[in-house]
Amino acid sequence: MSSQEIPEENLPAEQGDAHGAVKVADEKNPFADPGLPPHEHRIQDIDERAAKRSERTVALLFTVSMLATIAFIAAYVAIPVDKAIYVWPIGHISALNFALGMTLGLALFCIGAGAVHWARTLMSDVEVADERHPIETSPEVRAQVHADFRAGAAESVIGRRKLIRNTMLGALAMVPLAGVVLLRDLGPLPGTSLRHTTWAKGKKLVNMNTMEPLRPSDVAVGSLTFAMPDGLDEHQHDFQKNIAKDALMIVRIQPDDIKDKRELEWSHEGIVAFSKICTHVGCPISLYEQQTHHVLCPCHQSTFDLADGGRVIFGPAGHALPQLRITVGEDGYLEAVSDFAEPVGPAFWERG
Amino acid sequence: MSTTTTTDARDSRAKAPAGERVADWADGRLGIYSLAKANMRKIFPDHWSFMLGEVALYSFIIIILTGVYLTLFFHPSMNEVEYHGPYVPLQGQLMSEAFNSTMYISFEVRGGLLIRQIHHWAALIFLAAMFVHMMRVFFTGAFRKPREVNWVFGFLLFVLGMFTGFTGYSLPDDLLSGTGVRFMEGAVLSVPIVGTYLSFFLFGGEFPGGDFVARFYSVHILLLPGIMLGLLVAHLILVLYHKHTQFAGPGKTNNNVVGMPLLPVYMAKAGGFFFLVFGVIAIISAIATINPIWSIGPYRPDQVSTGAQPDWYMGFSEGLIRVMPGWEINFWGHTLVLGVFIPLIIFPLVLVAIAVYPFIESWVTGDKREHHILDRPRNAPTRTAFGVAWITWYMVLLIGGGNDLWATHFHLSINAITWFVRIAFFVAPVIAFIITKRICLGLQRRDHDKVLHGRETGIIKRLPHGEFIEVHEPLSQEQLHTLTAHEQYKPAEIGPAVDENGVARKITRREKLRAKLSKGYYGEDSQIAKPTVEEYKEITSGHGHH
Repeated sequence: MSSQEIPEENLPAEQGDAHGAVKVADEKNPFADPGLPPHEHRIQDIDERAAKRSERTVALLFTVSMLATIAFIAAYVAIPVDKAIYVWPIGHISALNFALGMTLGLALFCIGAGAVHWARTLMSDVEVADERHPIETSPEVRAQVHADFRAGAAESVIGRRKLIRNTMLGALAMVPLAGVVLLRDLGPLPGTSLRHTTWAKGKKLVNMNTMEPLRPSDVAVGSLTFAMPDGLDEHQHDFQKNIAKDALMIVRIQPDDIKDKRELEWSHEGIVAFSKICTHVGCPISLYEQQTHHVLCPCHQSTFDLADGGRVIFGPAGHALPQLRITVGEDGYLEAVSDFAEPVGPAFWERG
Repeated sequence: MSTTTTTDARDSRAKAPAGERVADWADGRLGIYSLAKANMRKIFPDHWSFMLGEVALYSFIIIILTGVYLTLFFHPSMNEVEYHGPYVPLQGQLMSEAFNSTMYISFEVRGGLLIRQIHHWAALIFLAAMFVHMMRVFFTGAFRKPREVNWVFGFLLFVLGMFTGFTGYSLPDDLLSGTGVRFMEGAVLSVPIVGTYLSFFLFGGEFPGGDFVARFYSVHILLLPGIMLGLLVAHLILVLYHKHTQFAGPGKTNNNVVGMPLLPVYMAKAGGFFFLVFGVIAIISAIATINPIWSIGPYRPDQVSTGAQPDWYMGFSEGLIRVMPGWEINFWGHTLVLGVFIPLIIFPLVLVAIAVYPFIESWVTGDKREHHILDRPRNAPTRTAFGVAWITWYMVLLIGGGNDLWATHFHLSINAITWFVRIAFFVAPVIAFIITKRICLGLQRRDHDKVLHGRETGIIKRLPHGEFIEVHEPLSQEQLHTLTAHEQYKPAEIGPAVDENGVARKITRREKLRAKLSKGYYGEDSQIAKPTVEEYKEITSGHGHH
């Protein structure tokens, strides 16, 4: 283990081997182990009436437990599952849950309390000492085992027949590959799917609350609107996957307040659309401070400045929120000019 | 006394022959009597702190019992269905079958809500009990030889328990747990080179996909609990095999174990304690709602609530991810997401730091003897200080994990809390280490004085010449022994630079490091020499000269 073992004399002395036997107080060493103290009787050991009292207490606890179980069954049968009651100071809670929990808890607790009281007051509390034996086996046994192993290994000729040994190790090392290969179909390869969303040229922005396409006049200064692409529907089987990338935040900022040139270019009359998915680990951002145009992710508090290209101004996010370039279509509705220019959501190795 | 003996006698007359016949039958086939001989009357020492592990054991059993019940009703499927149950606010909403069946368990299965809440509460208590039990073992040095392997088993149980908890609370597919799963996906994505592949294989494609509930389900109810059950049995077998540790005291040595027998005392006490734990958790579940998924709602990746928190045992990883600066390095068309990847790496390291400690200590001491007498934490100041520093580290991260709640509840700036955690992550453990060590040394000094000068009685005596003194009562031999029974190591020296043949020997860096550590552990500044018999005799023989 180490190049030089620590010498034995450096270790503290072993403690005395009293083996629990009561030793006569050592005149020479006042710190010596005096041995197990004499047993002190409990009141139940000497007073039969106290012992009887204990017995009755234990029996009472067990009886209460039985009654509580009966009450549990009665509650299960009698109380409707949808009934709510007011319990001070908890408030309105399910009556059945409260009744079942309290009766079950009481039934269990009383069994435990009875058993523990029984053990503490009526079972013998005389402390006794058991000897320990070293965990290590004796040197003879150790030598025997080593010799047996060597004999077994020699008889197997594994050391002599190297070809067998090496091919066996090779086979055992390779066979788990079958299991690894089988994991391949756990999912498709990522490809470029993390780079794309449903957004494309001409896709209308749909208000998530009203499910109506948005006109510029629907977006007031200071408000925060959540939007998704036209054509996305909750009932589609890949809705969850799509909304995890498509969700948008729409705000209107006075064009003079927009500090980032590209942001202004990609906006429409100060209406800007940013990805709602945080670039940290993908929580949806939902808190908007209208005075400062800051948005805050409630999960890990990354804060972005929507008036400055979605720049990170605080928190653990590593890059700015992607902006969706929008315009107004011929029919007067807000629509996307193209897909996001960069991947939305958390960063990943291939993001670049 | 007499009542119990007569009842016993009556019982044995009535039942013994049949019971004995069954036992004999089993012994003839299984040889159970040799096991019973070794264990039936096994002695266990008594101390309140020894019951912390029992809380963990019993809550694990409760989790298994209630978990099996929940599987009877839960549908681990992410197929979207419309809710038509009795809970009005969610009627007509789309949700996964997993969420729908959890609603069914909570509102339509009689007692289903109770079992769900017992299951979740027991899980929180299970992790907390394991944590505190681990600290008990750590601070008393119960991990020393021959129990290192059992320490590792216990540690693995704790880590697996964390992941079983995480996969478990993600199953209902509610808005809160889904946010946690999203966080996990973001963390997986940050892994260099293979991150996106791992994520796609885990979720069967893009997040959230339609697979993760079913996959988490088999991990949560089969894979992880199966491994844990095996580790748990091994953990308990080793406890029996090694026999329990005990604190120093009169009659207690490194070669014995003093206490009361398993049959009947600990059968009744430990068996009864199972019912106490179960009863208390049932009552908690009757009155305290946990994870009310109906008010949280089903998961949608574009929605979130404020104050989102993981279950407590995952909180420190949440702290790591929240306070880490958002570093990202872009090069050659690739991104190294250090802001997420570094926390992902530190997360296991926080746990490993405490897990490897026993092996570091045993290397520093070079002690290869068995230890069955527990240390009082003050008598191992460096270990205790390390442990407190680790807990401080953990707690700082826990604060970081709840920085939003700290901010709203205590009206603090979230930016200030985040910066506090960033600094305290490095500084607080060091401060905790120094303070704890000083407290330990102070307590050692107090023990030293108590042994030599006796107990302060609080009685003030006026001497004939007017001086007031406090009367000190000498300690009994039991107390003297208990306070001086601990071992004190001497710092290990670097061996001579020449070997026995006079040839210069190379002193390795390892040796130098060990000597340095050993000095830090056991040097003059790190322990107070315990009083010697000579010192004691000198003081006690000169009575009256205070």
